[in-house]
Amino acid sequence: MHITVKLFATLRRGRFDREILDCPGSTKVLDIVTRLAIPEKQAAIIFINSRHGGLDTELHEGDTLALFPPVGGG
Amino acid sequence: MDKILRIDMGAKGGPQVKVEGLGEYAGLGGRAMTSSVVFREVPPLCHPLGAENKLVIAPGLLSGSSASMSGRISVGCKSPLTGGIKEANSGGQGAQVLARLGYAAVILEGKPEGDDLYKVFINRDGVKVEKDNSLKMLPNYDLVDKMKGVYGDKITCISIGPAGEMKLGAASVAITDIEGRPTRHAGRGGVGAVMGSKGVKVIVLDDTGLKNREPKDAEKFRAANKKFVEGLTTHAVTGQALPAYGTNVLTNIINEAGGYPSYNFKDGQFAGASKISGETFADIETKRGGNATHPCHRGCVIRCSGTYVDKDGHFVSKQPEYETVWAHGGDCGIDDPDAIAQIDFLDDNIGLDTIEMGATIGVAMQAGLVKFGDAAAAIGLIKEVGKGTPLGKILGSGAAVTGKVFGVEKVPVVKNQALPAYDPRAIQGIGVTYATSPMGADHTAGYAIATNILKNGGWVDPLKPEGQVELSRNLQIATAAIDSTGMCLFIAFAILDQPETNQALINLLNAFYGWNLTGDDVTALGKKVLKMERDFNAKAGFTKEQDRLPRFFTTEKVGPHNITFQVKDAELDSVFNW
Repeated sequence: MHITVKLFATLRRGRFDREILDCPGSTKVLDIVTRLAIPEKQAAIIFINSRHGGLDTELHEGDTLALFPPVGGG
Repeated sequence: MDKILRIDMGAKGGPQVKVEGLGEYAGLGGRAMTSSVVFREVPPLCHPLGAENKLVIAPGLLSGSSASMSGRISVGCKSPLTGGIKEANSGGQGAQVLARLGYAAVILEGKPEGDDLYKVFINRDGVKVEKDNSLKMLPNYDLVDKMKGVYGDKITCISIGPAGEMKLGAASVAITDIEGRPTRHAGRGGVGAVMGSKGVKVIVLDDTGLKNREPKDAEKFRAANKKFVEGLTTHAVTGQALPAYGTNVLTNIINEAGGYPSYNFKDGQFAGASKISGETFADIETKRGGNATHPCHRGCVIRCSGTYVDKDGHFVSKQPEYETVWAHGGDCGIDDPDAIAQIDFLDDNIGLDTIEMGATIGVAMQAGLVKFGDAAAAIGLIKEVGKGTPLGKILGSGAAVTGKVFGVEKVPVVKNQALPAYDPRAIQGIGVTYATSPMGADHTAGYAIATNILKNGGWVDPLKPEGQVELSRNLQIATAAIDSTGMCLFIAFAILDQPETNQALINLLNAFYGWNLTGDDVTALGKKVLKMERDFNAKAGFTKEQDRLPRFFTTEKVGPHNITFQVKDAELDSVFNW
């Protein structure tokens, strides 16, 4: 299945801004985080289709996964 | 910091200077000081631009010491924008320098009879107030240059631009930064208009020959500061994300969360968000030879500010903050970083609140005055304000006035103050803060984004009403306390996650003043400040009906979550029941 992965802030360094990844049928967020060699703590804020998710959230065909390191501002 | 400077601008025979002890205001700083003075001395029913209102400028409790992050200054009064109490908070050099000069507050009182303009000069030898009509309608940058010509390069200026002189509702008070540029602003609520009504154009501070304020227990203070700085530099937000990308790191994440108000709160996401994100601004600044990591005051270790330059490397403005980029960017459908930086400069120069002005132009676009996405037209409108044309004065009076004049139903304000950069439908906790803060719509008053979106200090689901009142209540209390210390609010990211950093802050206060405060005492201070502010507003005519969001947030859904604001009125009324 195809998952659109978007990376932000420091997670982009040495990786990418946005890519469509081909993944096996049963894929969790953690599988993608591991595949991209992102330390778990650095995947601090996880959105799946604009909703908060976790490392063990199951992904589905066509999902958009956005990963952020710890960030703040305002 | 053992004295209060009062300048009676309405005294017979010209402004009268009085320096007095702290009296009943001993032990107060920042917002606790400004709100206490306004609460005790300003009649709640006075006209904000009249002689009875007072403008109170106060450094925080730790300002002027060697405590890191202690450079925040509070500017308080009865607000001409909201009609309630106001504390607008700013970085820059003002707090440190004013505190080193020994003043816990500068209070501008009364009102001059004519239309003469004055400058105030404060150094170790005393205070001089002089008439100087040559400063009339000078923009902030030109004014500061002129003051440097008179008093030398080492000064700090607290000033108003043309907007303040015209007494507009969006007028800010500018504070110069470490380069001596007027880039930091006590922006909200029209505090600049109150300074203008007092006839004071600029307060020039010179702390030559003065040292940092000394703590009661130097050893404990040093140890606490070390621990405090360690906590800030090792926390991922204050140690990495804010230095690298500044506050605008939020554009992408708020957009991704569906809480990024675009086209005057029509949508919760903006197609042009990545073009104006913190990542993009940092790239541009680095490539062009600007600076993506910069402190707004000496002693700041977070360094979330920056310098934005044009293609030839010339200074355009400081790195625009997230709220500015949103207000003048996404809210107006504009995705051009150069245009946004140019507007940021214009706002600073004219002396305008960037949030109020961006939201106002969004309302003007809604009215069809100019088209959404037209950056050149937006720049033209801001210039109208600077020129003081009738249209410019309407726009400079803020979003609520502009909405009325142009017959717009959808006007994003609470207590007449424009909502900042987070849609309260997709991020319900911030909606509670917008609705109930005594300041009017203000994100900093109880920054629920931290816990709703950034998973800082836990997590409360932003899309549900449950837990939002408690979240906003606790944040509003903590913020009122932090705003009284002189500490930058961004320390909250570290202290919400790290109890030892929170303790280090309390230790800093205790070592400096010889106090024995506990965490409970700090909470009690926050509650006391909020209670005074609420009481002032009640006497000024505010009822629970003003603690509400504009109706469209409960009737119109926003995408992508297709959701309305769901926190019930009765729950909003319980925010201050502690």
